[in-house]
Amino acid sequence: MRRMLFEKTGTAIWMSHLDTMRLMQRAFRRAGVVLHHSQGYTPHAYVSMLLPLSVGTESVCEIMEYELDAEIAITPEDMNAVLPQGVRVLRVYESDRKAKYLTELAVSLTMLYDHGVPDGAAGRISALLNSGGLYVEKRTKRGMEETDIRPMIHQTELSNEDDKIILTARISAQNPSLNPALLTAAIERYLPQDKPDFVRYRRLEVYDENGEVFR
Amino acid sequence: MNETLERILPKVQKPARYVGGEYNQTVKNKAQVDVRVAFCFPDTYEIGMSNLGMRILYAVMNRMEGVWCERVFTPWGDMEEELRKNHLPLYALESGDALSKFDMIAFSIGYEMSYTNVLNMLDLGGIPRRAADRKGLEHVVFVGGACAYNPEPLADFIDFFSLGEGEELTEEIVSLYRTAKHEGWSKEAFLLAVSKLEGIYVPSFYEHTYNADGTLQAITPLQGAPKRVTKRIMQNLDDALYPTDIIVPNTEIVHDRSNLEVMRGCIRGCRFCQAGFTYRPVRPRSPELLLRQAIELLENSGCHEITLSSLSTSDYKYLPELAQQMQDYCTPRKINLSLPSLRADNFSRELMLRLQQVRKSGLTFAPEAGTQRLRDAINKNVTEEEILETCSIAFEGGWNNVKLYFMLGLPTETDEDVLGIAELVYKILKTWREHASNKKRGVRIHVATAYFVPKPFTPFQWEKQITPEEYLRRQKLLKDNMPSKSIEYNWHASDLSRLEAVLARGDRRLCAVLEEAVNRGAKLDGWDEYFSYQTWLDSFAACGIDPDFYTTRGYGLDELLPWDVISDGVSTAFLKKERERAYRNETTPDCREQCSGCGANCLLKGGKCDA
Ligand code: SF4
Repeated sequence: MRRMLFEKTGTAIWMSHLDTMRLMQRAFRRAGVVLHHSQGYTPHAYVSMLLPLSVGTESVCEIMEYELDAEIAITPEDMNAVLPQGVRVLRVYESDRKAKYLTELAVSLTMLYDHGVPDGAAGRISALLNSGGLYVEKRTKRGMEETDIRPMIHQTELSNEDDKIILTARISAQNPSLNPALLTAAIERYLPQDKPDFVRYRRLEVYDENGEVFR
Repeated sequence: MNETLERILPKVQKPARYVGGEYNQTVKNKAQVDVRVAFCFPDTYEIGMSNLGMRILYAVMNRMEGVWCERVFTPWGDMEEELRKNHLPLYALESGDALSKFDMIAFSIGYEMSYTNVLNMLDLGGIPRRAADRKGLEHVVFVGGACAYNPEPLADFIDFFSLGEGEELTEEIVSLYRTAKHEGWSKEAFLLAVSKLEGIYVPSFYEHTYNADGTLQAITPLQGAPKRVTKRIMQNLDDALYPTDIIVPNTEIVHDRSNLEVMRGCIRGCRFCQAGFTYRPVRPRSPELLLRQAIELLENSGCHEITLSSLSTSDYKYLPELAQQMQDYCTPRKINLSLPSLRADNFSRELMLRLQQVRKSGLTFAPEAGTQRLRDAINKNVTEEEILETCSIAFEGGWNNVKLYFMLGLPTETDEDVLGIAELVYKILKTWREHASNKKRGVRIHVATAYFVPKPFTPFQWEKQITPEEYLRRQKLLKDNMPSKSIEYNWHASDLSRLEAVLARGDRRLCAVLEEAVNRGAKLDGWDEYFSYQTWLDSFAACGIDPDFYTTRGYGLDELLPWDVISDGVSTAFLKKERERAYRNETTPDCREQCSGCGANCLLKGGKCDA
C-alpha cells in the first residue's frame, strides 16, 4: 500500500477530515499526479486517512493511503511545494501492514490554567486517570452512551508548569477509538476544580499492538 | 495565532473559514507595503470565495507593488457573537489584523440583502459606519459590484462607488490613494480627485431634493462632480487580467471548482434581467487564450471540475471548438467539464447530454413564464417546443429529473399565464410517459417560482411590483392546478422579495432605515436562519417610510429616478422602447442577429459591438 506520513499544524488544524481529503486529492493533481479513480458517473480519486483527525487537533503522525494507476515517483518535496501552510509531508513510502494493526495513539494535552494550576491538580488528575471506572458520554454505534473509558487509556504521564499541565497519554486508536477530548471531559466531571480553561490537543505517534511505531 | 481566537475557534461552526492560510493566498512583508486594502465581501466565506469579481480584483491589487490586499468575509452568527463577547475586532484572513489597521476598506456587493452585513462588518471592525464620521484619509470605504448601480440606499455610509468593471479602475483608485497618502491630502481633496476618475460616483457630492409627494425633485451635483457617471468596461477581454494562480480554499465553498469566464455581457436582452443590460456590450475572450487559462487554472488549483461561466454560455461564439478542446484535455485527466446556463437549443442540448452533466443534477430550464405570450413580453427566447424536445431526448436516454424555474408577478401577467406553467408541466409529464426508457424509476419534476422584483437599468425599472397578497394568490392558483401530486413545487417567500424590491430601487432616505434595521439586529438577511421581516417592518415604521412607495407604487415614466445619475451605457430611450414592446408582446432580436441600438456600443472605442 502506498502511504504518506504528514503533519498538520498551525492554521491547517481547523480543516475537517473531509477538507483534508479534498485538499490532498487536489494537492496530488497540483503535483502532476493523477490518482486511481473509482468507476461510475462521478469517479472519485482514491485517498484515505488511516485515522480521521478531529478539527482543532494538531498532529505530526497522520498517515494517508492512496492508489495510482501507473508507477509515478513522488517525493515529500513534490507534495510540500503544492501544500498550504501547516500541512507537510514527512515521508512517502510503501507498507504491507494493514491499517487495522494501528491500535494505539500517543497524544499530548496541553492544559492551560489562566489563574495558575490549582495546588495538587497534577497529582489528582494522574490518580483519576489511573483509577477504575471513568464514565463519560461517548458516541458509540448505538448513539451517545455513558462509557467507561478507563480501559482505553493505556499509559499517562504528567508534567506541571506554572500555568499549564502537560498530559501525554497512550490511548486506544481504533476499536474502540478514544477522542482525547474525552480525557478533558473526564477531568471536568470528576475533578471540576481542576478543569483547565483551554486545552491544546496534539497527536504525537501511532503504534501497533506490540507498542512498535506503526507505518 | 491570537490566543483569544484560538479559544474561540473550537466553539464555532466551520472554523477553517476564519483562519486563512490557504494555498496561493497573498502574504506580503508589511515593511514593504504602503497601502493596505481590506477587501470585504458582505456574505460568508463560502459565498465570497466563489465570487469571480473578488478573485480578479484581489489579484489586480496584489499585483501592485507596495499594495497588500487581504480578504474579509461576514462571520456567521456564532462567530460574530464570540468576536463581540471577546472584544476581538473583525480581522482580515491573511494577516489577522483588525479592519481598523487598513488604509482602504473595499466592498464588493452583488445582492441587496447583504447591505446590513456591510454596516455590521464596519461595526465589527471598529470603523465608523457613516462616511461623514470618518474624517481623515484612513479608512476610506468604497464599493463596487452589481449593487453599485443603484448606490443610494448605501449613500450615507460609503465614500465612493466604483462602477462597472474594475480591472483598470481599481488600480487607478489605489494609485491615487497612494499619492494622497504620501502627500498627506485631506479626505476631501482625495474624494475630489477620485471623483474625476471615469466611473467613480461620490455620493456626498450630490444633493437630493424631494417633491411633496415624496418623489425625487432634483439631484444636484456639487463640487464640479459630473452630472452623470458612466460605468467602466474593459475594451478587450483578452487584455483583462484573469488570475490563474488563485486561492484554493481549505474548506468547501459554494462553487468548489475552477471557473473560466468565457465572455462578458449577454446578447439576449431578457427584459427582467439587470445583468443582461448592465454588462453590455457582449465581449468574448478568444478560445486560444481560454484554453490556456483553463489548463493553468486546473494545474494550479488541482480541481477536478471546471465551469465555463458567463451570463449565457451557449451564446459564446466559439463554444463548439472550445468545448471540444476542453473535453480533449479533461477526459483523460478525469476532469469534469460543466456548463451552466445552457439554452435548450440544438447544439447545447447535444453538448449537455454528451457531457453527461445532467446525470448528476438533472435537466434545468428557466422558461420564467408559462405562456409563449408572456415569454415574448419578457423577451425570454425559449420555446415550449425546445423544452419538450430536449426532455424527450433526455427521457429516452434514461434521465428522469427536470427542474423548472419561473417568476410570478411579471408585468402583463394574467391568470392564464400562471396556469400556463401548470400546462407546461403537464406536457413534460406527458412527454415522459411517451418517451421514458425506464418508467419504473418514475419522474421527478421540480418547479420553483420566484416573486418578480423590478430592477433598475431594465425595461421594467418603472413597473409596479405586485402586492404580496396577489403574489400568494397566484402561487396558490398554480399550486391548486399542478397536474400531479408528484410534482415538487417550491415558491419563494414574499417577504424577502418585497424587501429586495425596496432596496433595489431605493433612494437615499433608505439609509436611515438600513441603519435602524442594523441597530435592531438585522444581519445575514439572505439567510433564512437570520432573516427577520418584522425587524425591517419595525425599522420602516420607526423611520416613517412606507415600503409600498418603492414596490407597488411603481415609478412614473417621467419621474426622476434615484439612479438616473448613473449610466451603464444603455440609453433610457432604449429601455422605454423595450418596455413598449413588452406591452405589445413583441420580442427584440438578439445582438448577434441584429443590433437594436441600445447605446452600449458607445462604450467601445470603435463604437461597434462584436456580438
Ligand atoms: S449596441 Fe446593439 S449590438 Fe451592442 S449591445 Fe446594444 S443592442 Fe447589442
